[in-house]
Amino acid sequence: MAVVEFETPRLKEYPVIPILQAGAMAHSQPFAAAAPIQKALGFPGELVEDWQEQAIAKMGELLGKYRSLKVYLDTCVHCGACSDKCHYFLGTGDPKNMPVARQDLMRKVYRRYFTFTGKYFPKLVGAEDLTREVLAEWYTYFNQCSECRRCSVFCPYGIDTAEITMAAREIMDSIGMGQKYSNEIIGKVHKIGNNLGLPGPALEDTLAGLEEDIKDATGADVKLPLDVQGAEVMLVTPSADFFSEPHVESLIGYAKVFHQAGISWTLSSHASEAGNFGLFIGNYEQMRSISMRVREAALELGVRRIAVGECGHAWRVAYSFWNTLIGPFDFLDQNYPVPQHICEVTYDLIRRGALTLDKAANDHRIVTFHDSCNVARGSSMGNMPRGQFIIPREIIRACVNNFHDMAPESIYESTFCCGGGGGLLTDDLIELRVKGALPRMEALKQVVDEHGVNFMATICAICKAQFGKVLPYYKFDMDMVGGVHQLVSSAIRLGAKQ
Amino acid sequence: MTVLTICYALVFYAATVLLVGGLAWKIADYARTPVPLKIPSTPAPPSTGGVALRMAREVVLFESLFKSSKWIWGLGWLFHVALALVLLRHLRYFTEPVWTVVALAQPFGLYAGFAMIAGLAGLWARRLLVERIRYISTPSDHLMLVLLIAIGVTGLGMKYVSHTDVVAVKAFMLGLMYFDWQPLPADPTLLVHLALVAALMAIFPVSKLLHAPGIFFSPTRNQADDSRERRHLAPWAEKLEKAKP
Repeated sequence: MAVVEFETPRLKEYPVIPILQAGAMAHSQPFAAAAPIQKALGFPGELVEDWQEQAIAKMGELLGKYRSLKVYLDTCVHCGACSDKCHYFLGTGDPKNMPVARQDLMRKVYRRYFTFTGKYFPKLVGAEDLTREVLAEWYTYFNQCSECRRCSVFCPYGIDTAEITMAAREIMDSIGMGQKYSNEIIGKVHKIGNNLGLPGPALEDTLAGLEEDIKDATGADVKLPLDVQGAEVMLVTPSADFFSEPHVESLIGYAKVFHQAGISWTLSSHASEAGNFGLFIGNYEQMRSISMRVREAALELGVRRIAVGECGHAWRVAYSFWNTLIGPFDFLDQNYPVPQHICEVTYDLIRRGALTLDKAANDHRIVTFHDSCNVARGSSMGNMPRGQFIIPREIIRACVNNFHDMAPESIYESTFCCGGGGGLLTDDLIELRVKGALPRMEALKQVVDEHGVNFMATICAICKAQFGKVLPYYKFDMDMVGGVHQLVSSAIRLGAKQ
Repeated sequence: MTVLTICYALVFYAATVLLVGGLAWKIADYARTPVPLKIPSTPAPPSTGGVALRMAREVVLFESLFKSSKWIWGLGWLFHVALALVLLRHLRYFTEPVWTVVALAQPFGLYAGFAMIAGLAGLWARRLLVERIRYISTPSDHLMLVLLIAIGVTGLGMKYVSHTDVVAVKAFMLGLMYFDWQPLPADPTLLVHLALVAALMAIFPVSKLLHAPGIFFSPTRNQADDSRERRHLAPWAEKLEKAKP
């Protein structure tokens, strides 16, 4: 599992569907979660003795709990509509990275144990026993899916590979085959409160430091309040916003927006993480208990509204799942959507004329926008159709003079994953991450060549970290990526409106 | 009553039981299985009416497939529409008097037979020639196309090559429906045609043909985008509710 040497794919002028290279990514596996990491989440520390029996039993349990899994394993007709839609396939050429082939890794086992044809005519329908080899393939290829759901957009039945990947990871966790990166992070959330393992006092220091930085740069007393009782808004944001670059620039942007709009707000040390890796491992209970901290914090602080910072999968969980997992939110102000995306907050303020924005401050930037997969295909914004595409772009347009969208097949609901989502943002998967970024890099290169784009804005902490890492592999500057509220932060004129 | 007639009568009863019973069981199973989370692929309509429209576009026009690949869409849509017309045309064997719409559809149904085979042949060519699709194909994927093509070819064969006594066939079918068995003509093409149709009916509920009912149960397509407005809770998730602040 050592990190191997690999070649960064060449950027082609036009996207080309690769020729199949069987086994091209067979060597790519993430580090396995060690026993203490596994046990902290209630999973077995190592592969259990009767793993096959338990895995099949778990699959049966999930088939009874998730209609998506049952219907999706049954309905695929192998039409091939999804076969050229996955960024990992386009970047690697490995046929098992075609969504249908990835699904089939589970479907063949499902057929063997749960269907008439698979039980009696396995060869005919491609059914297979769950052997050690098959299990190893599961670990390899279900950790090469970022659960971005692009394939699902193009499937005539809406088959969502993410649902199958999540089930596979859940089954593997249940027999002691966890992935280190995701499971370690989930452990940190439970133990310390956020993915980065940043304890409360350190958070306080960081925020105080940022307040000083803003004061130095603008002269304004912009606050980044923590655990303020009775604040109007509680902001839950990915912990990367507290000290990763360029994430922190967006955090400063949120603070400036609240400051200028005169909205009292607070961060919470108890809910100091918007990210929710429970989604990535497909575990409902984990996802729920990680989310529950937000409800607890909101009740404890007595806030009226909850806003969520720039984080793609966090927004999917918040928008689509929070009401289910930790609702109802009858204790919050019903005049605002619950939860509210920070972009919805800012867009609303812009429309009401509450912010003073100077576009010229961003004139050194020629901007494009990368739609993050979970925002694009798993959520919405505003009370308007396609708001998740419109609102971030409208904010950008209010803040910059030069904006150019990338190719239509690479944006909106057809957007490509950054290559690092779904619990794959780890250095042990760097080859996969670099290659998976290829389709986005090709679309980016086009607007760089045509319009001189030098800034790719996005509203996802994972996208920002992933691009910061892989852009240099494609000879782009790593500082090209940043947040939408980073642009707001540059454009906003504090003190102009009091 | 010949042995042949009795055999075919019993085969068709059995195939019908398997088709109807199997599908009813699968549909009930899908309907019973909970959907714990809201997972519509967005942008999704915010209301049930919008969802019905989205589903109708998927079922009638194959909207998502159109976005994906014009080739698969063109061939697949051609096949399915042609099949629908062919089935409509065949209703004349099961209705007396024949419904007006079925009577009007007769000529279209005939041409549709050719279109259906053309679509199937195109889909099979893709399966054989496109590397990616060949890779994901199982023997059953090929056999399914062979089965459908064989049904189409034998059907057209009876129209254009060796005629069969369609009046007697109709009497046989009506006889099956009203439990008043009538003799089946011992015409080889007809016998092959009918045997293949019975096989298709029987394997429907245990094969990928489940995509027909499956699409209606696909949560990414049949859910409304209203998660913030309406709380959605699966029965098995409800018991987790007790330990909540």
